[in-house]
Amino acid sequence: MGIPRELALEMYRRMRLIRRFEERVVELVNDNEIPGITHEYIGQEAVAVGVCAALRPDDAITSTHRGHGHVIAKGGDVRYMMAELMGRETGYNRGRGGSMHIADVQIGVYGANGIVGAGCPMACGAAYVFRRQGDRVVVAFFGDGAINQGVVHESLNLAAILDLPVVFVCENNLYAITTPIRSVTRNELWRRAEAYGIPARPVDGMDVEAVYGAAVEAVARARAGGGPSFLECRTYRYSGHYTAERNLPHVRYRTEEEIEQWRQRDPIRTWRQRMLERGWATEAELDGIDGEIERALEEAVAFARQSPWPDPATALEYMYAEPMEGIPARGWR
Amino acid sequence: MRQIRYLQAIQEALYQEMQRDPRVFILGEDIRVSMRGTTRGFVEAFGPERVLDMPISEAAFTGFATGAAMAGFRPIVEYQIPSLVYVAFDQLANQAAKMPYMLGGQVRLPITYLVMGAGAKNNAAGQHSDNPYPFLLHAGFKVVLPSTPYDMKGLLISAIRHDDPVFVLCPAALYALRGPVPEEPYTVPLGVGEVKRDGSDVTVIATGHLVQTALQVAEKLAEEGIQLLVWDPRTLLPLDREGLFRVVRRTGRVVILDDSNRTCGFAAEVAALLAEECFDALRAPVQRITRPDVPVPFSPPLEQAVLPGAAQLLQAVRRVLEWKREPSVVVP
Repeated sequence: MGIPRELALEMYRRMRLIRRFEERVVELVNDNEIPGITHEYIGQEAVAVGVCAALRPDDAITSTHRGHGHVIAKGGDVRYMMAELMGRETGYNRGRGGSMHIADVQIGVYGANGIVGAGCPMACGAAYVFRRQGDRVVVAFFGDGAINQGVVHESLNLAAILDLPVVFVCENNLYAITTPIRSVTRNELWRRAEAYGIPARPVDGMDVEAVYGAAVEAVARARAGGGPSFLECRTYRYSGHYTAERNLPHVRYRTEEEIEQWRQRDPIRTWRQRMLERGWATEAELDGIDGEIERALEEAVAFARQSPWPDPATALEYMYAEPMEGIPARGWR
Repeated sequence: MRQIRYLQAIQEALYQEMQRDPRVFILGEDIRVSMRGTTRGFVEAFGPERVLDMPISEAAFTGFATGAAMAGFRPIVEYQIPSLVYVAFDQLANQAAKMPYMLGGQVRLPITYLVMGAGAKNNAAGQHSDNPYPFLLHAGFKVVLPSTPYDMKGLLISAIRHDDPVFVLCPAALYALRGPVPEEPYTVPLGVGEVKRDGSDVTVIATGHLVQTALQVAEKLAEEGIQLLVWDPRTLLPLDREGLFRVVRRTGRVVILDDSNRTCGFAAEVAALLAEECFDALRAPVQRITRPDVPVPFSPPLEQAVLPGAAQLLQAVRRVLEWKREPSVVVP
């Protein structure tokens, strides 16, 4: 799988942006500048970036509650993301969604989702429309925890029987909150898709090149009318299930050694190393990208901080297409 | 005007809207063969790509419709029985109902959910006899419950053309009802109720097939000189508040006749609303006739015992007519 140098650099940039965005989010949560619950994507960057690099801008994705990485990988703007996380009017969802529901429908992000696996059938519906209109493709991201959700299985079957252009991307980070995947399933996750007649395989989710290669193949099949595919990307989240988990000392479900072992295979560091070895970039060039990212993030934080809060008087807006006179969301005429 | 049956009105509305707008398509279980007849002839007319037979996967095909709507199409989802709504409830309550709001208005979801066989008919027992609209109203869905073939065609066309998710419930008890229906497409606006029979003594607010029950009771009581005003909200959300208040103020005596569970049901909402907004006009306590909070039993006499009907309406009408307000005791 040949990757053009420009794309290789862009993949580095996006992985790095996701990593730094998430680290900044953790700081802002701890400083109480971001309310609510956030779920970091740190460690899994190669999956979102490798998959989205195989997509066209007009393709779509559905995401998970751990969705920041997918949105950035698909081309989301960190200013609007940060503003949404801070609950501001300028955020992607105008402060109505927050971290778990970030969406940018214009660039094909059909929504992060707080219900595990719930994006899969929506991906199928969008794929049905795309297939009738042309050759666009949809990627459904979900975690290993979703593999036991009925609706995911129903969606796999639906995609198979309708030959829908969907790529199912299971991000197996080994834990559904605290529950190890090996304690809730007997077989390998990708084998379940095979049972529905869907080509499926495991992928090294810490290697952006491997993910990209697998995604290119799956996306090409979908685009050519060959139907759905299933990729089980084996990856790891370095941080807890959600930001505040570190404040729960009684919550222990994995060892420091295990985390450290996965860190040794860090997708960003290894990709940087590989690019240097191949002579695709110099240290200075990559440092330059890092610097741009820091500036972009500080600009995003400043943008969010300066953005106004939503007007409480608008709390009922957006519920319905046609606001109902007087008291729109209450449903009275 | 020609007379057609309620079921034919459904078929005609669906057919005409699919003809009018290529983005409209229909999906559901067994709809190509169309056991009920609502989509009879559709595969021949529109092709299999627009008439999608779904596997028995209610959650998946409900979410499928949401995704298709986000991508710009206008899906119609046909549920063969109302209890299937519960099977798909995450995709309804957490997804479709919340998506436009949570996304800050980035998407509209022009989805029509057609719920066949709503309510109890012919001893179908606990899982085939529900009227799930209180759940749907609570989730924020717009809900339509037509009581005549004319209303069905016009309201269903409105629902399909509307940019929000709309539930259209089709009471099983009305399938065979005949009535005048224009051949050409027309709309009945959402959120506008209708006086089905004018009267000056008691206002009966009836929903779905119970509108027909109320009209029959009204005929009977007219022989005794009691004039019932029968009002059909037609849309449960948005509710025609002004229309409701008007008909309540005409008589000051109200009976609500609604075929769903009592607790937190539609009748409870209407009664509360009248207490808030029309207290001054009420001349008797508002009476609610509903189902009790039990599953519908199988055996015919048991089924009869839990379903609201004419006998309870007669009783309730007499009760509100007999009511005399005691003078208030003023404590100095």
